[in-house]
Amino acid sequence: MSEKNLLNSNQIGLLFDASECIGCGSCYEACKKENNLPETNKDFLKDHLSDKTYTVVEEYDDKYARKMCMHCNEPTCVSVCPVGAFEKTKLGPVLYDAEKCIGCRYCMQACPYNVPRYEWGTTSPRVRKCNLCYDRLKKGKLTACAEACPVEATICGKMPDIIKEAKKRIKEHPDKYYPHIYGLEEAGGSNVLIISPVPFEQLGYSSKVPKQSMPNFTMQAMEKIPSFVSVGGIFLTGMYWLTRRKNQIAKEEKLNSGKGR
Amino acid sequence: MKKFFLKITFWKAVSIIIAIIGIYSLIIRFSKGLGASTHLSDAVPWGLWIGFDFIGVGLAAAGFTIAATAHIFNNHKYESIARPAILTAYIGYMMVVALLVIDLGRPENFWHPLVMWNVHSVMFEITWCVICYSTVLTIEFAPVILEKYKLTKLLKVIKKITVPVVIFGVLFSTLHQSSFGSLYLIAPAKVYPLWYSSFLPVHFFISCIAAGLSMIILEAYLSARAFSQGLNIRILSGLGKGVLVVIIIESVFKFAELSVLGKLPLLFVQANETYIFWLEIILGSVIPILILTHPKYRVNRTGLYFASIFTISGFILNRMNVCVTSLVRSSGQVYRPSFEEIGITLFLLLITMVAFKLVVENFHVFAPEDSIKEKGEEVLTVQSKQQILSND
Repeated sequence: MSEKNLLNSNQIGLLFDASECIGCGSCYEACKKENNLPETNKDFLKDHLSDKTYTVVEEYDDKYARKMCMHCNEPTCVSVCPVGAFEKTKLGPVLYDAEKCIGCRYCMQACPYNVPRYEWGTTSPRVRKCNLCYDRLKKGKLTACAEACPVEATICGKMPDIIKEAKKRIKEHPDKYYPHIYGLEEAGGSNVLIISPVPFEQLGYSSKVPKQSMPNFTMQAMEKIPSFVSVGGIFLTGMYWLTRRKNQIAKEEKLNSGKGR
Repeated sequence: MKKFFLKITFWKAVSIIIAIIGIYSLIIRFSKGLGASTHLSDAVPWGLWIGFDFIGVGLAAAGFTIAATAHIFNNHKYESIARPAILTAYIGYMMVVALLVIDLGRPENFWHPLVMWNVHSVMFEITWCVICYSTVLTIEFAPVILEKYKLTKLLKVIKKITVPVVIFGVLFSTLHQSSFGSLYLIAPAKVYPLWYSSFLPVHFFISCIAAGLSMIILEAYLSARAFSQGLNIRILSGLGKGVLVVIIIESVFKFAELSVLGKLPLLFVQANETYIFWLEIILGSVIPILILTHPKYRVNRTGLYFASIFTISGFILNRMNVCVTSLVRSSGQVYRPSFEEIGITLFLLLITMVAFKLVVENFHVFAPEDSIKEKGEEVLTVQSKQQILSND
């Protein structure tokens, strides 16, 4: 989905503003509480994404950066999962269904943001990641992290509104922001957008993420399959017929020349 | 009991140790989970087992190339190696499927791709192709078993459908051999640029042909030593020629692509990736090309044997590089397989070899040496004749 389509959509997303974030950890705590996740680190700033932590706040000098599932418009995980265990909902969140999952972990290998985590410690492991508080969104509530944020560093809203908000903040305070909205074009756009006072690489956001929909990389190869099968099938059948005929003729000629003698 | 111990040879002892380690590792894997039994992590979700699946499937590639040569291109000279090639593929695929299921986090759901479809997923396509191709291999190998038990009626039915079955087999194989490369297309920012290419599926396809043919040469050599069954040197050197042509095509393609994309400077950067890439090229391309272009070694069993060993080593390194080495930098984590990962892999390899041995001993897979010599062409060079004699 392009930016234009997002502007007309009813999807819900998050805007994280690293210039505003004070590193209080309210979003981290709220996420843990909402998802009934156990404590994983005494110092939340030193924690990392795991099967028990769906969002983190990282410290870079005096700046803070949130990491979590980006909820892409055309998610890599949805496209690579062989059994369709991931789903991009109409509301925006990308959800995972453990009942379908076979545990191939292709989603983890493929995700451009390295988000999905695995329950390595169990015998029936699930993939774990942020679900954008889907149940809360359905009830018209904000995500837990956005609700908990005391300074409007994480805001939750309809995509057109948060895109406008991001642009407004950058435009009104060009001195305070690096002129780029991370997530608007990365991997074909996502429902989580990030703005920052410094280049994104400095806050640990990968600058290598291609600015196009990730599933296209695979489709370029996959879309050739139908024509390959039909052309290949005809070619092989033809070759079979031709070479057999060739052998027959060679045999007959051998016989004939034998008679001639 | 005493007799049993007396009979234990070195290789039997090794096999027993591997079997014990393998069974122990399997118990740990299924009772404690992937975390406890592997060194996989959130940063490195795929390791030795997935790499080994690529290798197993690639080495089984002769199954479709030889079947196509003999049955579709009607080159009957190669009919005598169709059986070992198909047997290799069959046993190889069984191993790969077993390893895939062991590697799944939720192995009890292994059947889900049959009913839950996602046609956009390369993994889905691979699953289906592997299932279909295993069915094809069963039909292709069935005559060996039916012959032995003289089930002539069924044999006739199978012979009638051979050609379409082989055609389907070639299509399925081409698709999933290349698709193992397609798996990585979606991660352009993660795979090290020396290995990432939008032509990865093509590279995987071309290189599996050389590896598969080399595997047949290697098997023929070992079988000749083990049960004095083997293959005509003419056929073997024909295979060697095939390997040479394929390796040259792959090398030219690879370096042409690197140069067009401006990646050549990467070949001289001081980095682990550079060294291991060169090792892969030297083992899998340079040495085999040197051996196989030498007029003397190409018609010599030992020459062919070494060429095939190097080709296979280079191929194994290539698949492990794509699967592990190329991702080290982006994941920021070095992966080394755990004791259990290695144990289970070796155990499955052992089962594969024992299965191959049992089938070759009990069924008519290789043509007996005698008949080979009778049919053998007169054009054998002096060296190759000596070679055959010394092997007998």
